[in-house]
Amino acid sequence: MASPELAGLYQQVILDHSKLRKGSGLVDGGVAESHQLNPTCGDEITLRLHLVEGSGSGLGSDSGNAGTAGDGTHGSASEPIIERLSWDGQGCSISMASASLLSELAPGLTPTELTERIALFREMMRSRGAGVEDDEPLGDAAVLESVSKYIARVKCAMLAWVAAEDTVQQVTAGRA
Amino acid sequence: MTLADQPRTTFGNDDAKRVRADFPALDQEVNGHALVYLDSGATSQKPRAVLDVERHYYERQNAAVHRGAHTLAALATESYEQARHTVATFVGVDDDEIVWTSNATEAINLVAYGLSNASLGRGGPEADALRLTADSEIVITEGEHHSNLVPWQELAARTGATLRAIPLQDDGTLSLDDAERLVTDRTAIVAVTHVSNVTGVINPIAELVEIAHRHGALLLLDACQSAPHMPLDLHALDVDFAVFSGHKMLAPTGIGALYGRRALLNALPPFLTGGSMITTVTLEESGYLPAPQRFEAGTQRISQAIALAAATDYLGAIGMHDVAAWEHTLGERLLAGLLEIDGVRVLGPQTPEGRAGLVAFDLDGVHAHDVGQFLDDRGIAARVGHHCAQPLHRRFGVTASTRASTYVYNTFEDVDAFVDGVRDIRSFFGVV
Repeated sequence: MASPELAGLYQQVILDHSKLRKGSGLVDGGVAESHQLNPTCGDEITLRLHLVEGSGSGLGSDSGNAGTAGDGTHGSASEPIIERLSWDGQGCSISMASASLLSELAPGLTPTELTERIALFREMMRSRGAGVEDDEPLGDAAVLESVSKYIARVKCAMLAWVAAEDTVQQVTAGRA
Repeated sequence: MTLADQPRTTFGNDDAKRVRADFPALDQEVNGHALVYLDSGATSQKPRAVLDVERHYYERQNAAVHRGAHTLAALATESYEQARHTVATFVGVDDDEIVWTSNATEAINLVAYGLSNASLGRGGPEADALRLTADSEIVITEGEHHSNLVPWQELAARTGATLRAIPLQDDGTLSLDDAERLVTDRTAIVAVTHVSNVTGVINPIAELVEIAHRHGALLLLDACQSAPHMPLDLHALDVDFAVFSGHKMLAPTGIGALYGRRALLNALPPFLTGGSMITTVTLEESGYLPAPQRFEAGTQRISQAIALAAATDYLGAIGMHDVAAWEHTLGERLLAGLLEIDGVRVLGPQTPEGRAGLVAFDLDGVHAHDVGQFLDDRGIAARVGHHCAQPLHRRFGVTASTRASTYVYNTFEDVDAFVDGVRDIRSFFGVV
């Protein structure tokens, strides 16, 4: 028997994603790549960011209220859109489920929107179980809030997100 | 010494329960369950006797040692040096052959940097024999903990020497034929663990010493997993250096020891320099005290050293033969229980002979971190990860494993709770 706390940590959607591993398998191409390692346990991930030119229609129309709306007329070229994340990694169920949930979330977002969601995810993971006011922008990844109670596991959940953040920063730095 | 040729002990489960009662930290609930502590390979819990000695030191004696003429300074110095005598006796060596360090890692670095300094020409003619050159070789094994690997990589990089590793067999043991092949007249030092903290294998140290000495090489023994758990006579083993950590043997953190043969220690140039390790100091140069003081620069770990002596007294009162035999009994039960569980792959020998009382394993389909989380939910403390031995895990084709490691305070109930817990894990994670 497992306690309710443990069942809360390992919710079915997390266990499912740890096996589903959406986005797993590096795809050729991509504009940036990041390798992240958790040296205390050996969990690691190599993640690639794949972009397509932003055409206004995008691949997904669910980017919603994430803050760039209204900026559409700004600048010479509209921001590209994330086509997909692809990754290769190994680690515990939390780190693999988190990479999978992130890969489900990212397509259709702009890099700026993804950066905002990564910041929100980080805030949630640092909340020690308190969560964040509005976790809607995180989609199914909001389920990982349960991990924030287990401070030793926060790094596991963050691994893929740190890799994604790094790829976005590489792209931003390259364009600056 | 192998465990198999020891006399059967009379120490049993009731004795272990009595010992357990001496450890305040073991008497608590974790996540609603009585704590089952099976992570002594990482660090041990401390008996009241050790905690009391450290408290008494701070309440009644606290003073700087080897300086000052007041009463407390004299008392502190006496306790500190008595502690050295106690610990030296515990491992079968002379008092001035024990150097206090922060831990075993610092002790290994002390030797590596001492050899490095000798290679730079420090230490005068006495240190000539300790010099490494680009032709020298350092030999370790594939099974070493990072603390007995990284300092040698660094020494090799600084001196141009070549680092070689004796490979492990599929069961985690090392072959003496490989050792014969790798240890040559070029070998300056062989650094090897006595007991693997992952496979539990007890290495054939006497044979390795013979091989090393036949080629004029030194042998450093990592005794971190043996000094706490079995009788140890370093003079009889004839090793040149040995290191161990206090916190793994019932003492506080912050104290460890280096054993070195007297002549070697007195020839080895110092590592850390400063106050307390000198004879005459001018603005240009300094003379150094003989060992052990030449390696004990600065204010020392006094309470910790005294507490380490209290810990070895405590272990000595139980008797190290009984400690070793009881842990072997626990290890046998642990191994047998785990081997019956579907999906368990034990790293190292599949039989208890020549094995210490710890077992590391991979559980098919469940990452070690998740195993550890599940066990923690039941109040069971085990180690998960690579146990600071990445090359060894790579050798077994895994990145992480789960390890249960016993000590004299563990009982059959602890082992059974662990095995029962592991048995339930794969169904919880939906892999069966």
